[in-house]
Amino acid sequence: MSQLNDTAIGAKVDAAVTASEKVGLLRVLGPAHVWALGVGIVLVGEYMGWNFAVGKGGAYAALIACWFAGLLYTCVAMIDSEVTSTVAAAGGQYTQAKHIIGPLMAFNVGLYLVFAYTMLEAANAITVGFLIDTVAAMTGHEGLDQRPFIILAIMFLAWLNYRGVLATLTFSLVITAVAFSAILVLFVATSPVFGDSPWRHADLVTDLPYGWLGVLAAMHFGLWFYLGIEGTTQAAEEVRSPARALPFGTLAGIMTLLIAATLTWYVCVGLMPWEYLGQSGVPLFDAARLSGSMGLMVLLGIGTMFATLASANGCINDASRAWFAMGRDHYLPAWFGAVHPVYRTPYRSIIFLVPIALIFALGAPLDQVITFSILSGLLTYTFMPLNIILFRRKWPLDTIKRGYVHPFHPLPALALLCLCAVAFFAIFLGYGSQLVAMLSFYIVVSLWFHFRRYRYVHRAAQFTMPWPKPRGY
Amino acid sequence: MTRYVPPKQSRFGQILDVAILLLLTIGALYIPLWLGFAGSTLVGESPQNPTWESLGQNPVMVEQWNGLGFTDASAASEIISSRFNYSFSVIELLVMIVVVIGYYALILRFSEKEYRDVIDEKFNGQ
Repeated sequence: MSQLNDTAIGAKVDAAVTASEKVGLLRVLGPAHVWALGVGIVLVGEYMGWNFAVGKGGAYAALIACWFAGLLYTCVAMIDSEVTSTVAAAGGQYTQAKHIIGPLMAFNVGLYLVFAYTMLEAANAITVGFLIDTVAAMTGHEGLDQRPFIILAIMFLAWLNYRGVLATLTFSLVITAVAFSAILVLFVATSPVFGDSPWRHADLVTDLPYGWLGVLAAMHFGLWFYLGIEGTTQAAEEVRSPARALPFGTLAGIMTLLIAATLTWYVCVGLMPWEYLGQSGVPLFDAARLSGSMGLMVLLGIGTMFATLASANGCINDASRAWFAMGRDHYLPAWFGAVHPVYRTPYRSIIFLVPIALIFALGAPLDQVITFSILSGLLTYTFMPLNIILFRRKWPLDTIKRGYVHPFHPLPALALLCLCAVAFFAIFLGYGSQLVAMLSFYIVVSLWFHFRRYRYVHRAAQFTMPWPKPRGY
Repeated sequence: MTRYVPPKQSRFGQILDVAILLLLTIGALYIPLWLGFAGSTLVGESPQNPTWESLGQNPVMVEQWNGLGFTDASAASEIISSRFNYSFSVIELLVMIVVVIGYYALILRFSEKEYRDVIDEKFNGQ
């Protein structure tokens, strides 16, 4: 009798979960949107933030950091593509962790994603304000109040996200393509192809001012060249063909970024003394100023604006999906797991995260906000090797059909783990207290989740993939 | 196998949970800022009456500084002279390593316990 009751209760629970998911997210996106989501979030890293790596260790240190970070993100993209081509659900790495490692890891990963993207969104909004202020100062309007522009940028993009994912990511696709083209145009236009080039690498590029320790330190902001590419997985529940579109969009994205990062470094260090470049707020715009061409200056100004908007746009999209997925699973109040009946977007999550982004955009310095975002991203990357090793162990290749199988396992996982250790050390060199404060935060919320919040979570209902039982359980 | 049925959370409880999470989040960023611990500061003093030569700038560098709006050496002196201080104590480094490893160990241990319940209810209860 008791068993019958349990079965009946179980059926009710399943029915309730199914009913709450009835109005689902729309499957309308293609590989180009996935590319736009990934590159759109990250490309702003070429327009601002990466250059702090030059300040940390000099021009060559930034290049070494750019390539090592590129290696780190190639491992991330390979690992992510394999797991995501199988776990096609909103929440990305959060959903992966839930199925592969366990609820507490998933809760932490969900928070990493939300904070990495929300902080990145705040950093983008700060840059929008800074850029408008710079342009105003150049046209004789000193002392512009940046805050209205910061608020307007966040509110406009949140509204766009609220209204529908297809319009949002099509908007991202267009402005990302313009911003990427602007970097290519700057490179070609300043190169010796069209006569006299303003590049002065021989005179401007110096030795390592801090030695090899500076190279390690530069890894901190080297991550900024690519931070957010892993966000492509957040679209898993909204792409028409996840097994094909997600690996294609993600890997095409990382290749685009490797090219853009190297070109950006080359142009900028050939135009600016490293001491200036290391502290510049808008380095590509400054590079265009030094080219002496008004056309390039306008183009890179527009490119910077578009890159920041595309990034903030993608961040709102990704952070809200992660928050929504956690609400749907009752890791957070279930109220956040609602989908808009008309626009089919996680509208409550989108609205809820707006004031949080504003608090950080209006109240914290840019480097701190960037560091907060990088730290959250780094914690996600450290989780990924553990995730893929356990994934292959619990479900070997012959047990689940994957849309993509990454080669040389476990070498990418081990390489990623080593590079994460280097990045932790790099952050420790300048921002050790923030690192410890943030980890303390995650330890406290983990205890809160395990001992308090988890009681509101259904057990079996969390496992939604049609997979066989994991080996060893 | 008994299926776990979670209790229904009150509206107040839901609001309280979100408030706690928000408070902790904002605290994690702002407490180091308020206490002045956050960020690596640049150190070094600008020399008195600096010249481009004394700042180690060659003619091409000077030309680029001018292009960026720094028409005299004293305006750029602070940017050129300041340096990060990368000295650290081994004990601080060890503390960081222990905190990072301890954090992941804690999460993996608790996650494993929760995960076994999920798998048991999903597969072994059927």
